Amino acid sequence: MKTIAFAWRYLWSRPLAAALNLLLLTLGLASITFLLLVGHQINQAFDRDLAGIDVVVGAKGSPMQLILSGVFHLDVPTGNVPLAAVKELEKHPQVAKIIPISLGDSFRGFRIVGTTPDYISHYEAQLAQGSLWAKPMQAVIGAQVAQQTGLKVGDSFTGTHGLGGGGEEHKLSPYVVSGVLAPSHTVLDRLVLTATESVWQVHETDTALDDDDRKVLEEDREITLALIQYKTPLAAVTFPRYINSSTEMQAAAPALEITRLLSMVGVGTEVLRALAGVLLLTAGLSVFIALWGAVRERRADLALLRMLGAPPGKVAGLLLCEALWLALLATVLGVLAGQGLTALLGWALQLEKSVLIGAISWPVELVSVPVLALGVALASALLPAWEAYRVSVFELLQSR
Amino acid sequence: MISTRQLVYRYAGGPELHFEDVDVAQGGVLLLRGASGWGKSTWLALAAGLLRPAEGELTVAGQAMQALGKVAGDAWRATTVGFLPQKLHLSSALTVHGNLAMAQWAAGVQTDEGRISEALAALDVQALARRKPAQLSGGQAQRVALARAVLLKPRVILADEPTASLDDEAASASLDLLRATAQRQGATLVIATHDARVAEFFKDEKGLKALQLGRRRP
Repeated sequence: MKTIAFAWRYLWSRPLAAALNLLLLTLGLASITFLLLVGHQINQAFDRDLAGIDVVVGAKGSPMQLILSGVFHLDVPTGNVPLAAVKELEKHPQVAKIIPISLGDSFRGFRIVGTTPDYISHYEAQLAQGSLWAKPMQAVIGAQVAQQTGLKVGDSFTGTHGLGGGGEEHKLSPYVVSGVLAPSHTVLDRLVLTATESVWQVHETDTALDDDDRKVLEEDREITLALIQYKTPLAAVTFPRYINSSTEMQAAAPALEITRLLSMVGVGTEVLRALAGVLLLTAGLSVFIALWGAVRERRADLALLRMLGAPPGKVAGLLLCEALWLALLATVLGVLAGQGLTALLGWALQLEKSVLIGAISWPVELVSVPVLALGVALASALLPAWEAYRVSVFELLQSR
Repeated sequence: MISTRQLVYRYAGGPELHFEDVDVAQGGVLLLRGASGWGKSTWLALAAGLLRPAEGELTVAGQAMQALGKVAGDAWRATTVGFLPQKLHLSSALTVHGNLAMAQWAAGVQTDEGRISEALAALDVQALARRKPAQLSGGQAQRVALARAVLLKPRVILADEPTASLDDEAASASLDLLRATAQRQGATLVIATHDARVAEFFKDEKGLKALQLGRRRP
């Protein structure tokens, strides 16, 4: 038999202590894994949704709110901006692409977004069924929307006023599903997309008293915000300043706001990380106490191994191997538990129509989990192993 | 064979132990007699290569112990000396088979299933191979410990107080077993004891040597 086999037997000869140590170590490693995975997946989700969007222009207010509502569809927008003002921006020499976004209604908690087909092509999303809208009041739904609402091509539905659900239904203006998007793992998965004109039509139909009133409303048409791509990176210096100082709108740079958001969230993450660290430290101490106890308890057995010819290093190696077994098992269980917890969080967030995370992922940062486990196990086993190394066979002869 | 000449062991900062000369032929029996603290353990440790003589000569199975290095000593002990401790120290984490496999592992040799079976069969405990030590009677446990001691066919068997806390019948059976095992292997048997029954048992043994230990200062 090999050292690892004997170490395994010795480890489980004290099943309760081994199980408790394994549990403690696993909890610490699962917490670390969970934090790493969630951090990684949120960053990935942000990166995917932000890709190619240099600046967001909308109503004045909180720039972070503008980004959260306009790019990630997580917050309420700061207000609306005149369509004419956004049209003006199309002529700006530093602007390469503008995608209009009009918000206001939702369907079973999923936001109805008035936009152009550019929004879909921006994220390189593909249709799984049907086609893009050809006229107002046709809608293309994201994969998650289709999955959770059961809507399919040809079905009709009505939006409700407001973004959170529970608002008044626009019964006079039903939508027809023209297409369903394949999962793109972007924000599009949880949106109902339609022509900007649809959003105007729904609200003008509901609020106009007569044709004259409708004409007035048409002249004052607004959108919620615009996603803008620059022609040149240099625009990042001058364009936001131009918008903020020369127009009634505000420009918010997503990269800046997300960095600010992550630094705010980062404090919480650091606290959680510190807690996981404390758990790992506790686990390390527990492993140390268990191994130390094992050396004390098995002192004579270890001495007998020396008597049977085992060199001191081999005896110490047996102890180290026990700790390594714990590290290996805890790593496997901790990573699996971390993946499970992340999937659970992803499921909960999906129910909340929030950021898409949760798919099993193996970011390179996860390497730190076995490294930590190994470090804790070795650090805990070092003194007991040294004690085992020094065990005196003479004591065995004198232990009567 | 075992041979000593003016053997002295010196404890660090402590007393010196001077041992009388003795010569035991290969296959013979040596009884180390004396009360606790008179040097039986020290003599066994010297013979096993765990301690080095301060002065004099000690030769065990052709090896001059004063010349044996620490690393070489481990390898030499693994293959030359079989040890039966007073407390048997069978690992409770392992089965009977596992305890013998552990002895081969400690000696740095490949697990030899054939040899394990042979050793267990020789001591009539082969049927107990899958049992844990806690499931053995005292006599069975001693047989298993002896099988472990002779697993690598040592030329010397060191037994430390093998009859301690045994009744007369069990003590006699235990010594019978030790003698038979040593004879089968042609091994020299060294028994450290303060039990008068051991001397009585071996009184007619051919080639018996006895060493009465006592602390002496020059």
